[in-house]
Amino acid sequence: MIPTAFDYVAPTTVEDALSALATHGDDAKILAGGQSLLPVLRMRLNAPEVVIDLGKIESLRGVRDDGDAIVIGAMTPHSVVGSDPLVKEHALLIHRAVEHLADEQIRHRGTFGGALAHADPAGDLGAPALALGSSFVIAGPGGTRTVPADEFFIDLFETAIGDDEILTEVRIPKHTGWGAHYEKFVRVAHQWPIVAVAATVKGSGGSIEDVAIGLTNMGSTPLRARAAEDALRGGQDLAAAAELADQDTNPPSDLNGESSYRRHLAKVLTRRAVTAAAGG
Amino acid sequence: MTAVANPPEEMAKEIGRDRRRKEDQRLITGRTRWTDNLSIPGTLHLAMVRSPVAHATITSIDTTEAAASTNVVAVLTSEDLGESQGVCINAWPITPDQVTPAHLPIANGRVAFAGEIVAVVVARTAAEARDAAELVDVDYEQLPAVLGIKEALKDEVLAHPDLGTNKSALWVFDSEAAGTGGNADDAIAKARTDGIVIEREFRQQRLIPAFMEPRSVVVDPTGEQITVWSATQIPHILRFALAATTGVPESKIRVIAPDVGGGFGGKLQQTPEEMIAFAVARRLSRPVKYTETRSESLVSAHHGRDQWQKLTLSAEKDGTVTGLKVELEADLGAYVAIVGGGVPVLGAFMFNAIYKFPAYHFSCQTVLTNTTWTDAYRGAGRPEATFGIERMMDELAAEMGVDPFVVREKNWIKHEEFPFTTVAGLEYDSGNYEIATAKAKEIFGYDELRAEQKRRRDSGDPVQLGLGVSTFTEMCGLAPSRVLGSLDYGAGGWEHASVRMLATGKVEVITGASAHGQGHETAFSQIVADRLGIPFDDIEVLHGDTQIASKGLDTYGSRSLVVGGEALVRAADKVIEKALPFAAHLLEASVDDVKFHEGRFQVVGTDAGMALTEVATATFTAHNLPDGAEPSIDADATFDPVNFNYPHGTHLCAMEVDTETGAVKMRKYTCVDDIGNIINPLIVSGQVHGGLVQGIAQALWEEAVYDDQGTLVSGSFVDYLLPTAADTISFDVDHTTTPATTNSLGTKGVGEAGTIASTPAVVNAVVDAIRHLGVKDVQMPCTPERVWNAINHGGAGGATEAAAMPHFEPDAEPGTSSTEGAGA
Repeated sequence: MIPTAFDYVAPTTVEDALSALATHGDDAKILAGGQSLLPVLRMRLNAPEVVIDLGKIESLRGVRDDGDAIVIGAMTPHSVVGSDPLVKEHALLIHRAVEHLADEQIRHRGTFGGALAHADPAGDLGAPALALGSSFVIAGPGGTRTVPADEFFIDLFETAIGDDEILTEVRIPKHTGWGAHYEKFVRVAHQWPIVAVAATVKGSGGSIEDVAIGLTNMGSTPLRARAAEDALRGGQDLAAAAELADQDTNPPSDLNGESSYRRHLAKVLTRRAVTAAAGG
Repeated sequence: MTAVANPPEEMAKEIGRDRRRKEDQRLITGRTRWTDNLSIPGTLHLAMVRSPVAHATITSIDTTEAAASTNVVAVLTSEDLGESQGVCINAWPITPDQVTPAHLPIANGRVAFAGEIVAVVVARTAAEARDAAELVDVDYEQLPAVLGIKEALKDEVLAHPDLGTNKSALWVFDSEAAGTGGNADDAIAKARTDGIVIEREFRQQRLIPAFMEPRSVVVDPTGEQITVWSATQIPHILRFALAATTGVPESKIRVIAPDVGGGFGGKLQQTPEEMIAFAVARRLSRPVKYTETRSESLVSAHHGRDQWQKLTLSAEKDGTVTGLKVELEADLGAYVAIVGGGVPVLGAFMFNAIYKFPAYHFSCQTVLTNTTWTDAYRGAGRPEATFGIERMMDELAAEMGVDPFVVREKNWIKHEEFPFTTVAGLEYDSGNYEIATAKAKEIFGYDELRAEQKRRRDSGDPVQLGLGVSTFTEMCGLAPSRVLGSLDYGAGGWEHASVRMLATGKVEVITGASAHGQGHETAFSQIVADRLGIPFDDIEVLHGDTQIASKGLDTYGSRSLVVGGEALVRAADKVIEKALPFAAHLLEASVDDVKFHEGRFQVVGTDAGMALTEVATATFTAHNLPDGAEPSIDADATFDPVNFNYPHGTHLCAMEVDTETGAVKMRKYTCVDDIGNIINPLIVSGQVHGGLVQGIAQALWEEAVYDDQGTLVSGSFVDYLLPTAADTISFDVDHTTTPATTNSLGTKGVGEAGTIASTPAVVNAVVDAIRHLGVKDVQMPCTPERVWNAINHGGAGGATEAAAMPHFEPDAEPGTSSTEGAGA
């Protein structure tokens, strides 16, 4: 289908992008990799007057080492994130999730920051980013601010990014040596996950010293399975801890499953994800 | 005349050779004549305004703003087009008293399903037409919508209030009344006292054909004939329908189906969009084009299946079947489509399948609902029947506690019993179920997998293994015209072919079949190459244009090879027959002394001879032909089959079921099909692979779901799950060969076999994996949730949540702030 007509700007600096946003305000949409925005435009579910393409801003691309964290530029394509050695070494959970993200074509077009800013609770990156305690660097007219993951995801398709702001990079605290697994439950490979569990585990020989668990599509935002994490840190056995995985969640009902079924899945998948992450 | 070198003693045969398809380069690269690729100077573009609601009275349509929009030429409603828009016809009223709502291409006064067209916008560009379509202001006064077969049957809410009922037709076949068998009710009653009775109700979910190329139509009214290009399976039938319903003489209409990107029955339709484009082009005297979006395609191109099947099977205690009663309810959607109610009726002859039922009763009640219309989808009636009977045979085996093959072998037609007249009155010409089954079991490793299944059960493995069987047959090669007539179908089932011998030794072959991806050009070239002894590359197959292929009944029902191919063989034989006296004359020999062999006419016992191509050249010059001879060796043939065609096969499927989540995973799939003699094994392999995936997809993934307002929830490929290569495994595909006796080449249709056979094999395997947990059925598609529910709560896993939301929720603005739409 054909989108409604819109103007297109492609700034080369974050500053210019911010000024374009300031000029056009509510009439503008930001284009990152376009893997969600373009279908929405073509189905005429949205009709912005201006599309601001961040694709020409080189400073938003790439992965770098920043001491106790790695930093992923918002416009870094998934395929680059997935093959980056820093990510694999220090944020294995992200590496694992990207392996399962959509398909090869989308991984070459879609971007790390775009997916997170889109904040689809069924997206594959929110739960891992949340579990790893990432922080989100957001540029605005007044400068740059950093928002912790717990405060970044606000609701369905809604984040802490203001109308006049742009997500520039994501800082992920190093989890060097942590095991990781992303357990994604789908009916067909190219589908959004019905439920997925992102688990990363510090420990050796199957013992769990520390653990972080993120849940995909178990509510209107990515969620942490805090009760299950606490139980594991407190030494409970995994089978019992996994039974707590659906606490404080509010999963949706749709064609692929009722809310209650998703709760059940979260428990089973948490057990499997933690087992795999712990090297079991 | 130059002498040509004698060909080698035996030419390599083309039939049976796995030639790559000559059409593939252009089809795969897309650099070809798809309808939407056509650009006729001055073309205007159409956009349809469609109803967002399932059932409503249209109280007003305000086109003012749209008409004033940039470069808009016209905005037209049903009232504006009047009789010029024609009607969409139902060519198969299954009973004389069938209730058939009038179906105008553009709704007039009332819409009966969400997606129905209420106005058309004509503009200079497609984008301008689309923009203006959003400015057409339609006021709807909503009416209650009837959704689902069970609700429709209550006749409380009516899909068409003026008709007074939702019940369209009740079609019945009874073997006692037909004289082909006994009384099924008596057999069932007897079995209730001293035998076995199996009663089940199965759901055939609604499916969407989902062809790759969206439908597209271009109409050019310039010149003496109005030319219609359409992405259709049925150019000839479409021409007839256009003429019959608009009053334009048939001779003034030329329909072309250029390269068409798939159909699966979904392009076997006379569509409102084609009728509208035709009417608008005539009204404005300008070429027009309409190409649907995928979203429009999913909501308005006809859907398939959608039945409830109530089945009762009776058997003696030893498993010998004694009777079968089939009570179908089928959803037609809002209108009776071109074949419409005929689709389930095609299944009436196939529920008894390969088994010797002595008594059979079939009834089908069709109903109207406020949903997208339904019609043929790959297999059309036979997948439903095959699913029903193959599920029932597994249930019978389970009831008896025996292997599923025990009840099949006990009841199937043995190879020495062919030809065999079935309880449904069909005569199966050939087959050998024993050897297909033996071969399939061996390739599959049936006994080893059964042993593994037992080990998993004994150890309580969370992943259970199930084996599913489907020993299918089907009736294809539509169809003997007399039989179609006796069923009140509106057309015949013959096919036409011509062979034109060109002066330069090349050959043009014309077929009335209309390929849309099947590979006719390659397979038909192979047939003619062998028949006439002409090199494969010297043969061109032409089709899909009523000006070139003037006669034809198009492509569906696995008919092209077994009906169209036979017409071709006969036309080729006539060429040889006509060329023989010319050759004898040129060779100065008696006709009786000249024999045709591998492309040459040879004077028996001498070195004298000449190639058929030389005769063609001599015929072109016509300098030296027998006195009074008509200077042509070209020939036509029209073939009307005497019988259907009955491929069969044994399909075996192994499924792993994760009992903790309900997830299902295919482990192994083996099929051994008997499709008679094979023209091109590579094409057959492609047909089987694609067919299998489509049938497996019904079992596991695809379902068109409406919410309680009548909105199609699975209205995009995000929610209507089509599998990709990533979701399937490598299949073991093999064959046995029992040639058909009703065509010269001994071929049987293969276009639908994989789809017909595979669905029950998969579901039987899923149920087999968890039967020991108390499960007797899982409703299709066997989603993980349904499987898990069936294990944990019994039943068949329940219906899909009808009020569920699609991932692209149309009412939710995805992103109200400027950042939320930032693409992932």
